[in-house]
Amino acid sequence: MPYLGSEDTVRELRRHLSNPNVQSDPLRYRSSILKVIRAMSQGVDVAGLFSEMVKACATVDIVQKKLVYVFLCSYATLNPELSLLVINTLRKDCQDPNPMVRSLALRNMVNLRLPSLAEYVEQPLSAGLRDRAACVRRVAVLGWAKLHNLQPASEIDAAVVNELYGLLRDPDPVVMVNCLRALEEILKEEGGMAINKPITHHLLNRLGQLDVWGQCEVLRVLQRYRPQSESELFDILSLLDASLVSPHPPVMAATLSLFLVLCPDLPAVSFAALERVRGPLLAACGSASRETRFTALCHIQLLLRSLPGLMGAHYKRFFCGYAEPAYIKQRKMQVLVELVNDDNVAMLLDELRGYCTDVNADTAQAAISAIGRIGRSYSDQCLQILTGLLGLQQEHITSAVVQTMRDLVWVCPQCSDTVCSALEGCEETLQDSQGRQALLWLLAVHGERVRSAPYTLEGFIDGVRGEASPGVKMELLTTTMRLFVCRPAETQDMLGRLLHHCIEEETDMCVRDQALLYYRLLRCGMEETRRVLGGRRSEPSLGVLIGRPAEPISQWASSFNTLEPLKQGAGETETTGRASPQHVTFDLDSDLSDTLNSGAEELDYVCLEERIRCPAVPHCSPQSLQAAMQLVNIQTLAFTAAHASPWRVYLYTHAQQAARSALILGQLLYAGEDEDEDEAGLSEGPSPRGREEEVKVTLKQRPRDEKALQGFLSILTAVLHTLPFNTH
Amino acid sequence: MISQVFILSSQGDHLIYKDFRGEAGSDVVGVFYEKVTALTGDQPPVVMNHGDLHFVHVRQGGLYWVATTTADSSPFTLIEFLNRLAALVKDYCGSLCEKSVQMNFALIYELLDEVVDYGYIQTTSSDVLKNFIQTEAVCSKPFSLFDLSNVGLFGAETQQSKVAPSSAATRPVQSSREQGGKSEIFVDVIERMSVVIGSNGVVMKADVEGEIRVKCFMPSCSEMRIGLNEEFSIGKSQIRGYGAAVRVDECSFHQAVRLDEFSSSRILRLCPSPGEQTVMQYQLSDELPSAPPFRLYPTIERDSGGRLLMYLKLRCDLLPRSAAINVCVTIPVPRGSVSVSQELSSPDQSAELKLQSRAIEWRIPRFPGGTQLSALFKLEAPALGPAPLMEVGPVVLAFELPHLTVTGLQIRFLRLSPVQPGPSQRWIRYVTHSDSYVIRV
Repeated sequence: MPYLGSEDTVRELRRHLSNPNVQSDPLRYRSSILKVIRAMSQGVDVAGLFSEMVKACATVDIVQKKLVYVFLCSYATLNPELSLLVINTLRKDCQDPNPMVRSLALRNMVNLRLPSLAEYVEQPLSAGLRDRAACVRRVAVLGWAKLHNLQPASEIDAAVVNELYGLLRDPDPVVMVNCLRALEEILKEEGGMAINKPITHHLLNRLGQLDVWGQCEVLRVLQRYRPQSESELFDILSLLDASLVSPHPPVMAATLSLFLVLCPDLPAVSFAALERVRGPLLAACGSASRETRFTALCHIQLLLRSLPGLMGAHYKRFFCGYAEPAYIKQRKMQVLVELVNDDNVAMLLDELRGYCTDVNADTAQAAISAIGRIGRSYSDQCLQILTGLLGLQQEHITSAVVQTMRDLVWVCPQCSDTVCSALEGCEETLQDSQGRQALLWLLAVHGERVRSAPYTLEGFIDGVRGEASPGVKMELLTTTMRLFVCRPAETQDMLGRLLHHCIEEETDMCVRDQALLYYRLLRCGMEETRRVLGGRRSEPSLGVLIGRPAEPISQWASSFNTLEPLKQGAGETETTGRASPQHVTFDLDSDLSDTLNSGAEELDYVCLEERIRCPAVPHCSPQSLQAAMQLVNIQTLAFTAAHASPWRVYLYTHAQQAARSALILGQLLYAGEDEDEDEAGLSEGPSPRGREEEVKVTLKQRPRDEKALQGFLSILTAVLHTLPFNTH
Repeated sequence: MISQVFILSSQGDHLIYKDFRGEAGSDVVGVFYEKVTALTGDQPPVVMNHGDLHFVHVRQGGLYWVATTTADSSPFTLIEFLNRLAALVKDYCGSLCEKSVQMNFALIYELLDEVVDYGYIQTTSSDVLKNFIQTEAVCSKPFSLFDLSNVGLFGAETQQSKVAPSSAATRPVQSSREQGGKSEIFVDVIERMSVVIGSNGVVMKADVEGEIRVKCFMPSCSEMRIGLNEEFSIGKSQIRGYGAAVRVDECSFHQAVRLDEFSSSRILRLCPSPGEQTVMQYQLSDELPSAPPFRLYPTIERDSGGRLLMYLKLRCDLLPRSAAINVCVTIPVPRGSVSVSQELSSPDQSAELKLQSRAIEWRIPRFPGGTQLSALFKLEAPALGPAPLMEVGPVVLAFELPHLTVTGLQIRFLRLSPVQPGPSQRWIRYVTHSDSYVIRV
């Protein structure tokens, strides 16, 4: 925020501060200093008042002293020379009989953050460690850590470290915890302080005297300790049991973290610990602070990855409150989807249906797609609700429902009849491109069963001139082609018009290319067209769909009680993980190498060519290749038969990055032995011996992001190297 | 580990900024405000990052309380800390709003200095802090006619002064020391209920979260004993013979509470520290001891003119001597509704159509127990969808039940020892809020 006339303010303040009348009246002096600090915290640059403020530091008024220190600590680094003047006052204060004054001076001496002052500071800090007042010792201990970080290159003073280790036995609990913190900082290079058996047991025994923050710190440090025997481990665990169910969420989370680190080899113990924290976590979910609620929800999602049944009986605790913000509602719905079982499915769906008409469109959409996800196991009830929602004829609801239905049909082909009959007539309500793309996809795949499909398409084709989204146009092309294959009589005329428009008048490169491709394909004859377009209608790996397998705890243990689970999109990895067909902007079998070459002139694409040595790839079975790819979230579009030459695989993936998603398309090409000479002529390749084991990778990405592309390539390479060598 | 702490007003004004570790510049405040205002509705704002700097923030009192951290630290700790900091500021400044923070910035800098050192939380206990904090709180007292009504003719005490004004507890803790302010203690039992009632009238979900909060303005108080109902029981197994048991599912106590007399006679013993603290928290789910406080009987139909007629009967099932106040019934209406005409049963009620949230808000200032109110809304909606009845509802109620706890938890007695020398006042207040009270239609 710009402050006009900040020079005037500074001049005015200086006049006040240097006025002897003001200086002699403590109350007026203090209030002028208050004005300076107020200006400072509002963002005015008051660095020019430094020398006046240094003078104001010499006072007996503690409040004034504190205010001046706030100022000095903010501006000392800009005025190192003038700051030397303060050090005398500060050193004098360190001898003051009042412990509060001593601790104040000691703390601010180091907070000035001036390496040049280090020599003056060391002596008072050493004295502070032996001070009789606990508040001075607290400050002195942390002071050493600050001093060390000011001069990172300096030698570590062994005597100080020893003294700090000794102070772990200080009667004041905060001094003890500060010693831990200081030692961790000073010995960072050596991997932190030594955590041996006596120290561990000393810390554990004093856990009861500490406040919440101290307990968290100790529990965090103890994560580095490895018990020497099983009996010792169980002693520690039983000592910690009480803090596992602590009413304070920070302590509970830190304890669970420690449990998971201490016993990675004892899954039974870890699972028992997860059961124990259920109560406190649920309580945190109902906390009055919505931020705490959100944090607890995100961590419950982590727990559910390993113990899907953990919260099953408590599903009602995740019903959304009316006034809750949308982000909490969406997390709750994600949790609810995980909790569904035969007993509660009716109640759950009833609740979710209530959210579908929410005023907030995002919440409504999330609720609809949650119902869709439940539909993978309980399709009848869910489809009934979804078709009911179409009756509302609301734009955003219909769009979300159609997209959800598409995703559902992709994984549950048995729903297609119901979906096909529901689709009639909803094209009038659809306005956004996402929803229309979904509708077109459904018509393409199940068009022969929707009676009105050609009429719907006709409407779309008539409006193609005014269509803005290239995605919709490409989807429209594919749909018309596929419908032409199964219902030629009704669609021949409109396909001709569409192709003509796209080839002659279209300006978007991708759309035009695709239209040209289809045109050439049609010239190859009907049989060929049918063969190319007859793509898949459902997710190929149907077997895995019945529930997610429970992950081992180690998958997420390291991110528990960190900021990681709270990050945006952390919960979405799962939903994009399972292939949903909308991401295929190019149809399954559109010849990618064509588009890859022709699209290269557009600047928002990145192309990358690389050769990978991996002899196994062309010989492995399609199933194992696909399974391996899906593990890392790469979807295969199409591949040629094994042992064919040249052998190709087309694949794609979604790189999720800070709200933007980037599509990466790729082609693996194995030219084989017989094409050696031919290829070698094009590029000065490596020796012919290496040739036959190499696979050429061509990647293309939009929008451009070289880093993501390189990352993707390294993942892909890693996957290809793990493939088994399997000839069949 | 906390790198910086800052407080922003909702307009982005910098109120407080404190850098503990000198790792990042003060320009991050601007970065934070840009990020937080650029969020869309469905993005979780709690954690955001800028490079490898992470912002964790909470919103309290209309202000942003932000901590930045570089290491991957515990979100529970940071959020709990920020909430605690806000509570401390509230204790010391009296109330929590932009104005009070602005006026007391010196006090807050002092607090921050004592609470956090080098990014490590030192202490947040007001017992310890009271020895270190020297600055006096500046508090603004809004002029209020209620204060005048307590003063009778010629300054005589009137009857009303036996009831503490609701603003009595919003004052700074420290002022009692010097100004010889009244020594008072407030014990509040606050419950929040969330209820879902199905369209057939069946209670589908009923949860109560409650807490006992002590707010202490005593200069010296060594021990306090709070006696709860003797029939108070925890967990499902302990139900005693003659009904009427006050039962909660789970219960947790502040760590300063001593429970040696709890199992025998349900007495909590503690030494309250100045300021506000939550002594006990409890939850009850699924089984309310009494019927839910409100029932709704709606009749909704379309008339021939394309209007939607909604006839709502709302019954309050509280005991006749108690009442609900500030009741607000929100009825979502179909898209395309333009205006509403209403017939309400008494003039103090009001209703209006909020086009932005697509709902009718029906406000009832006071709703005595055992009575029934009805309202007729005629909704003009020229462009109704094909299924308008599906878009009506669920109805949401917001209300406050003063002098009442849903679980039936009561405080039998409140004893301070040693007996206070001067005049001291002890207040016990009960209130139940609706967290989310949803009735499907």
